[in-house]
Amino acid sequence: MAASGIIFIGFVLLHMYGNLKAFSGHDAYNEYAEHLRTIGEPMLPREGLLWIIRSVLIVSLVVHVYCAAALWKRANKARTTKYVMKKNIASSFSSRLMRWGGLTLLLFIIWHLVNFTIGKVNVQGGSTNDPYNLLVDTFDTWWMTLIYLAAMFALAMHLHHGVWSSAQTLGLTNNARARRNAKSLGWIVAIVIAGGFSLVPIFVLAGVITK
Amino acid sequence: MKVTLKIWRQPDAASKGAMHTYELDGVSEDMSFLEMLDVLNEELNGKGEDPVAFDSDCREGICGMCGLMINGQAHGPEVTTTCQLHMRSFKDGDEIVIEPWRADAFPVIKDLVVDRGAFDRIIQAGGYISVNTGSAPEAHSVPVPRDDALRAFNVATCIGCGACVAACPNGSASLFMGAKITHLGELPQGQPERDTRVVDMVAQHDHEGFGGCTNIGECTAACPKEIPLDVISRLNWDLHQAMRHGH
Repeated sequence: MAASGIIFIGFVLLHMYGNLKAFSGHDAYNEYAEHLRTIGEPMLPREGLLWIIRSVLIVSLVVHVYCAAALWKRANKARTTKYVMKKNIASSFSSRLMRWGGLTLLLFIIWHLVNFTIGKVNVQGGSTNDPYNLLVDTFDTWWMTLIYLAAMFALAMHLHHGVWSSAQTLGLTNNARARRNAKSLGWIVAIVIAGGFSLVPIFVLAGVITK
Repeated sequence: MKVTLKIWRQPDAASKGAMHTYELDGVSEDMSFLEMLDVLNEELNGKGEDPVAFDSDCREGICGMCGLMINGQAHGPEVTTTCQLHMRSFKDGDEIVIEPWRADAFPVIKDLVVDRGAFDRIIQAGGYISVNTGSAPEAHSVPVPRDDALRAFNVATCIGCGACVAACPNGSASLFMGAKITHLGELPQGQPERDTRVVDMVAQHDHEGFGGCTNIGECTAACPKEIPLDVISRLNWDLHQAMRHGH
């Protein structure tokens, strides 16, 4: 759970950084998208590195979902009679949202891939072969931006607890100071990644990033 | 003061239970929570009804025998054991919901009494050190760094009451296990069995049907001895080390 989660954190960090290329305009963004496909050539075939990364991510996803399902199942079996009254005292909102929030993210990721990678769906009906134009068309639609921002909230929550939880699972928070640091790192990673991702849709909708 | 009690009643392990409501008058704020239940039981006895069964022993907060889910919190609203909770923590006219620890690894025996034998079996699996009996060795022959000794002492305060399991949304006993693993693993005497201890205890824990830890932190908030979450990190660290050593 922790190891696969850390792979995802690395991925979303790079993905978020790449998205910010949209602020450099049409050509810079599309060149970046093309570069992702040619990186490592001629040692690697076209899209070679991309497929290596995709394979690692797919394996991580299977491991992550499998572990989550196993934990969920164990939790249900561990308490078959529920409390009439149960208060949550210390747990963060994010920690209690991990399971349903994780499922939300899974659904979002499926839509996101259909939207931009596998299906290439342009909700405005325009062209889909130009990554930058597809991006602007998508986020120029207010409800698409809303869906993405909701997903980024779910991502922020997942990262907030996930960062601390993975540090704990790896046995790295063996004293009070390390625990505080890991929890602070959770906030930082959540805000930087979800905040960074949110910039592009918001600025497209605001009319700053245009075709 | 007067309180309304909603208490889980279950005649035996096989029967189905339900919440029953009792009105109790003349409760003093100086009574402990268990004394309040004693008063209720005297009333029930007087009426020829079956008294409410609950666990208690020392009533000094040191044995870990008592433990009730009070208004949705393990051991009630204060950071202490149920026996050290006093009625001054409640107001006149309050409704108090009392339930047993809920975990399938802690089956209800009767009313509010649960069988915490699963904890004993986890301890038997690895929560011990092997030493020769006979005369005590010279205390200074095995030096222990002060910080290690303090940490071991601090987590050795775990009384095995089960509040961590009761409060955990996953029904995990990781805080209990972590406390024992940290307590013994911090000391020189605990080193020979350090790897097998964590592997065997975790295996027994999972076998008993406790849930897996997701680092939510409800356990440590409910713990009357304030065992910190870092004992679970220590448990995980020791488990990784043991696996690296081929266990």
